[in-house]
Amino acid sequence: MNGLLISCLLIPMITAVASFVVPASATTRGLISVVGSTLLLLLSGVVLYQVATHGPLSNQMGGWPAPMGITLVVDMLSALLIVVTAIVAVCVSLFAIDDVSEERIEGGFFTFLNMLIAGVVGAFITGDLFNLYVWFEVMLISTFALLVLGGNKVQLDGAVKYVAINLISTVLLLAAIGLLYGLTGTLNMADLSVRVPQVENQGLVSVVAVLFLIAFGIKAAVFPLYFWLPASYHTLPISVTAVFAALMTKVGIYALMRTFTLIFPADNEAINATLLYLGLVTMVLGVFGAMTHSDIRRILAFHVIGSIGFMLVGMGLGSALAMGAAIFYMLHGILIKALLFMIAGIVGKLGGSFELSKLGGLYQERPGFSMVFLLAALSLIGIPPLSGFWAKVLVLEAGLHHDAALVVTVVVLASLLTFIPLIRIWSEAFWKAKPIDAVVGTDAAHHKNPPTKTFAKPDHCSWLPVLGLSAIMILFGLLPGKVIEWSDVAAEGLLTPTRYMETVMQTTAIPDSGEVQ
Amino acid sequence: MNSLIFSTISRLLVGLMLLFSLFLLWRGHNEPGGGFIGGLVAAAGIIVYGLAEGPALMRKLLRFDPRKLVLVGLLMAVGSGILPLLQGDGFLTGMWLFIGATATDKGLALGTPLIFDIGVYLVVVGGVAGMVIAMEEEL
Repeated sequence: MNGLLISCLLIPMITAVASFVVPASATTRGLISVVGSTLLLLLSGVVLYQVATHGPLSNQMGGWPAPMGITLVVDMLSALLIVVTAIVAVCVSLFAIDDVSEERIEGGFFTFLNMLIAGVVGAFITGDLFNLYVWFEVMLISTFALLVLGGNKVQLDGAVKYVAINLISTVLLLAAIGLLYGLTGTLNMADLSVRVPQVENQGLVSVVAVLFLIAFGIKAAVFPLYFWLPASYHTLPISVTAVFAALMTKVGIYALMRTFTLIFPADNEAINATLLYLGLVTMVLGVFGAMTHSDIRRILAFHVIGSIGFMLVGMGLGSALAMGAAIFYMLHGILIKALLFMIAGIVGKLGGSFELSKLGGLYQERPGFSMVFLLAALSLIGIPPLSGFWAKVLVLEAGLHHDAALVVTVVVLASLLTFIPLIRIWSEAFWKAKPIDAVVGTDAAHHKNPPTKTFAKPDHCSWLPVLGLSAIMILFGLLPGKVIEWSDVAAEGLLTPTRYMETVMQTTAIPDSGEVQ
Repeated sequence: MNSLIFSTISRLLVGLMLLFSLFLLWRGHNEPGGGFIGGLVAAAGIIVYGLAEGPALMRKLLRFDPRKLVLVGLLMAVGSGILPLLQGDGFLTGMWLFIGATATDKGLALGTPLIFDIGVYLVVVGGVAGMVIAMEEEL
C-alpha cells in the first residue's frame, strides 16, 4: 500500500517525461498521454475503493513522521476529485491529439498538460500546507507554458493577465503560510487544526484567514477577483481551455474547503457569511456576464464563474447537507465544463468560428452532434434528470433547510438565467440558417490574422472523448445516488475531521514509539 | 552585447560560478545550499555568458538541449524517490552507502538524497537557461 498514493503523482510526471523524450510523431505523444491518464484513472479508482471501504489513507514521504515530514493523505473528497481529474485528463489528452497543432505538440504540449495534472492531483492529496503551495507553483508554471505555447500576440496578452493575477495570489498564499508557521511552528494541516485554536494572538489568525481567502479566491475566480478568467480563456486552444475551465478554479475551491474546515474552524460565522454573499454575487455576475457575450468560449467562461458561486454558497451555508451539495456540484461542474468546452471546440471546427453571428445551420448538418450539445447544455441549466438538476436541487434543498430565503431566490433566479445564454448558443449556432456571408466572412478573417490552426473536420479523436463524457454525464444524472452518498461522506469528513486527523497522526505513532523517549 | 570587457570577464565568471554552484550542491545536504540554489547559480553563470556572447554560444556551452536537461533531472529526482519504494520504505526515504566507513568515522556518505539534489540541479539549470535562451533567440 506504500506506493499507492505517491503513484498518483508519479504516473503523470513519468507520462510528462515519456511524452517528450520518446522520438515519435505528434499522435504517438498524444497516445502516450492517453495511456498515462488511463493508468491514473485506474489507480484513482483503486484509491476511491480503498477510501470508501477503509476510510482515509495516508502516507509519509521519506519515512519522516507526521508533523515533521510531508504527509500525503486522501479522504473521500480528495479521492472523488482525483477520479474526476483523471477522467478529464483522459478525455482532454484524446481530444488534443486532433485539436492541438503539431507545432504545439512538438513544443511539449502533452508534457505540460501532464505536469499540470500532476500539480492538480498533488494539491488534492497533500496534507502539508507548504507542499500545497508547491503544487500550486507546479500548476502555475505548467499553465504558463500552456498559455504561451505556440503563442501569438492575443494569447500572450491573456497569458500575462493570467500569470500576473495568479502571481499575486501565490505571494499572498506564501505570506499567509509564513505567518501561520510563525504562529504555530507547524505546516502539517492536521497538526495545524489542533494548534491554531491554541494560538494566543487570535487577531493575527483572522488576518491569516483573510489572506487565505483572498489567495484561494483569486485561484477560484471568486467575485471581485474573477476578471482574469474571461480575459484569458478565449485566447487558447480549446483543449487547454477545457482543462483550465474544468480543473483550475476547482482546485481553488478545494483549497478553500480544506483550509476553512480543517485549519480554521468550520463554524466561524463571519467567514461563512463572507463565503455565502461572495458566492451569491459571483453566481449572479457569472450569469449576467454570460448573457452579454457572443463568443461561445466567453459565454462558457462566464458560466465557469457562475458555477463557482453555487459551490461557495454550499460552503457558506455551513451544514453537512450544504457542503455535500457543494461537493456534488463541484464533481458535476468539472465534468460538464470539460464536455462543453470540447463541444465548443467541435462547433468552432465545423462552423469555422466561435462568434455566434457567424455560425448557423449546424442542426441541419449534424443533428446527432446537436443533440449531444443540447444534452450537455440542458445538464448545465439543470433540467431533470441530468446531473446539473441534482446539483442544483441539492443546493436548493440545503438553502431551504437553512430557511435562507435570499439564497433560494438567487439560486433559482441564477439557474433560470443560465438558460438564456445557452439557448442563445442553441438557436444561433444550431437552429438558425447558416449566414450567407459566413464563408466569405471567415475567409476574410483568415486573411487578416492568419489562424493558428486550420479548421479541419473533426475526426474520431474529437468525437470519442465527447461521446464518452456525455455517456458519463447521462449515467451521472440517471444514477446520482452513489455520488450523492459519496459527496455526503466527503462533507461529513470535512466538517468532523477526526478520522482525517487520526489517519495522519497514526502514521506518526509507528516510527515514534521506538525512537522518542 | 558587443563589449570586449564584458565578454572577457564573463568567460572568467562562468567558470567560477559553475564551480561555486557545484560546491553549493555538494554541501547542501547538511548546510545551507543544495540542488535548487546551486542550479540557480549555475544558470546565472550561463546567462552571464549568454548575455555577452549570444544565445548560439550559450546553447553550445550547455551542450544538451535544455529541455532534455530538465527531463533527465526530473527522472533522476523521481528515480531517487522510487528506489526506496522498491525496498518497501516510504517514497524518498534516504538510502545510504558509506564508503570506507570505520567504527568511528562514517567515511564518504553517498545516498539517494544526492541523486535527488543533482536531479533538482539539472531541472533548474535546464529550466532557467532554457527560458532565457528562448527569449534571447526571439529578440
